[in-house]
Amino acid sequence: MNLTEYIREKRKTKDILCMAHLVCGYPDFAANKEVIRIMVEMGVDLIELQIPFSEPTADGPMILKANQLSLQRGTRVRDCLSLMREVSSQYPIPFLFMTYYNILFSRGVDAFVQETRQAGGVGFIIPDIPPEEGEEYFNACHNNYISPILLMTPTTSPQRLSLIAEAGDGFFYCVARKGVTGAQTHLSQETDEFIRRCRKVTDLPLAMGLGISRREDLDYLRGKVDIAVIGSAILRTFEQGGYQALQSFLEKLS
Amino acid sequence: MTTKRGYYGCFGGAFMPEILIATLSQLEKDFYAAKSDPGFWSEYTSLMSSYSCRPTPLTLAENLTRYFGGARIYIKREDLNHTGAHKANNVMGQGLLVKRMGKKRVIAETGAGQHGVATATMAARFGLDCTVYMGEVDVERQRPNVFWMEQLGATVVSVKDGSRTLKDAMNEAMRDWSASMETTHYVLGTVCGPHPFPEMVAYFQSIIGQEVKQQMLQREGRLPDRIYACVGGGSNAVGIFTAFLEDRQVELHGVEAGGKGLASGHHASRLASTDARVGIAQGYKTFFLQDEEGQMKETYSVAAGLDYIGVSPILANLRETGRIQFHAATDNEVIEAVRLTMKKEGIIPALESAHAFAYAYREAPTLSKDTILVINQSGRGDKDIFTIADALGDAKWKEFIIKKARGYESH
Ligand SMILES: Cc1ncc(COP(=O)(O)O)c(C=O)c1O
Repeated sequence: MNLTEYIREKRKTKDILCMAHLVCGYPDFAANKEVIRIMVEMGVDLIELQIPFSEPTADGPMILKANQLSLQRGTRVRDCLSLMREVSSQYPIPFLFMTYYNILFSRGVDAFVQETRQAGGVGFIIPDIPPEEGEEYFNACHNNYISPILLMTPTTSPQRLSLIAEAGDGFFYCVARKGVTGAQTHLSQETDEFIRRCRKVTDLPLAMGLGISRREDLDYLRGKVDIAVIGSAILRTFEQGGYQALQSFLEKLS
Repeated sequence: MTTKRGYYGCFGGAFMPEILIATLSQLEKDFYAAKSDPGFWSEYTSLMSSYSCRPTPLTLAENLTRYFGGARIYIKREDLNHTGAHKANNVMGQGLLVKRMGKKRVIAETGAGQHGVATATMAARFGLDCTVYMGEVDVERQRPNVFWMEQLGATVVSVKDGSRTLKDAMNEAMRDWSASMETTHYVLGTVCGPHPFPEMVAYFQSIIGQEVKQQMLQREGRLPDRIYACVGGGSNAVGIFTAFLEDRQVELHGVEAGGKGLASGHHASRLASTDARVGIAQGYKTFFLQDEEGQMKETYSVAAGLDYIGVSPILANLRETGRIQFHAATDNEVIEAVRLTMKKEGIIPALESAHAFAYAYREAPTLSKDTILVINQSGRGDKDIFTIADALGDAKWKEFIIKKARGYESH
């Protein structure tokens, strides 16, 4: 499945798609599978599976804790690959890996990208690999037909946005505000202005994430970007109210 | 030394989330502008001589020299810097840069607390807001420094994530910076992290080696034969070594935390052991103590300031080229070195610095009398009073602490 094509096709019938996030092995893999089942049932369009890392510097408190607890409980990279294999063959939506570069580097970048491809993954979100440092990574993605999803941020200069647009593939992940994951984001005219700047440099789909948590946020983004990304809000809802709460949270979103 | 921008051999780089890239490149620009401004270095040295204690003395350790009966031992006295460690060199330099950049707030990570105290001091002097991130474990073992940071007006945040030591404090500082970079400068405490930090910290710390060179030529009319420095992140080591890199006859020795012994697995030796592998984390590529899947391991040292998973990319490269040799000293050797240095010279080295002493003491007796050694005393040991008193099993100190605690309880 070509990621960009999938998004474009889906967008014909839906004016905003939803990408959900979860941390592999947190609270455990059985829970991950049930959560994914609910997500797909509730109409989530893409899912990013975060492979836990001991130094998740781009993540806020919720996801940080989930990373640590997952590792404490013994999560290994191969378990995350198994989860990817299982769910990507089971559900008709794209699954991506989100993680940090050392996880790839440690296993061998090309080997890891190949394994991900074989497990059915279609893309990577790696926050700590900027275009300047990523030659090996981008080549490996390119050779294995996997999309390296790059981030565009409000602090990124116009020239850099173009550089990122060149290097990335699949879609672009626009970061709604300065900071790490977790805190609430206030969407405003500034957001619109930022989206316009991103739009200028690419025809590929745009996703917007970081602190997106409510129906109002989705309504705001409708017609402006292609995908809304929901991360910490899902984790928070699940921790507070379990599967039931997650189900009604996702229901209210769509 | 640099090949690709921000690289030292194959180490270094800037592996950072996109949100911080603009801030890093602005910092790089501001730093290079300052560096090429002839007034900047003289403003820096003048500040360091009036506010700190520069040039710091080079002390001939006559008693130790006699005791070991071998090489002549000199001690570079970075402990005499204001706030008691070499950390002041880097922090005051970055402080001058913050003034040029017009930012109003600084943040820092700290292990032993020396970098935190230095940053809080600089912030007080320059009128900046200051937040210091410190692992919960380090907050506990370095309470005197936490006390001082708070008295100096800084907010100390106890980091309860991960191994609750230096690396976790660094992660937390980066998270803060991702949200606050417009008004805030991150005063990274050592020659690690993404470019331009290693280059910038090395630049400010190079003052140590420049002084040693001059002082040595004045005192002995020649360069020393061997120089020893402890290595946490590597800033005091890079600081004293840089001036001598081209002087091939000068042997350079970095000493890491051997903890309970390299074979025990409880240590923080990245370059002296074979336990570390090349990886990419906290913004740069270097040797990290990590498992086979790339997860960082817990490290261990009696010295909070050496207890770190990564190491300067500059040092990683200089090990590859063979210019610097790396060794490890165990906790026990370190405590013994502190004891001996106090008894013989009336000098109290920090536990971190004592690693350099311990290894130099291993070598000194075997060397000829016309060999000259320099040990970098990166900091003073006052902050370690609790740890050292425990290690030495000082009964009167224990009694005092118990009495003091009872006094608080009855209030
Ligand atoms: C006194 C002292 N020496 C050495 C170090 C280790 O740091 P570096 O290797 O960067 O000099 C520290 C760190 O906190 C310290 O406080």
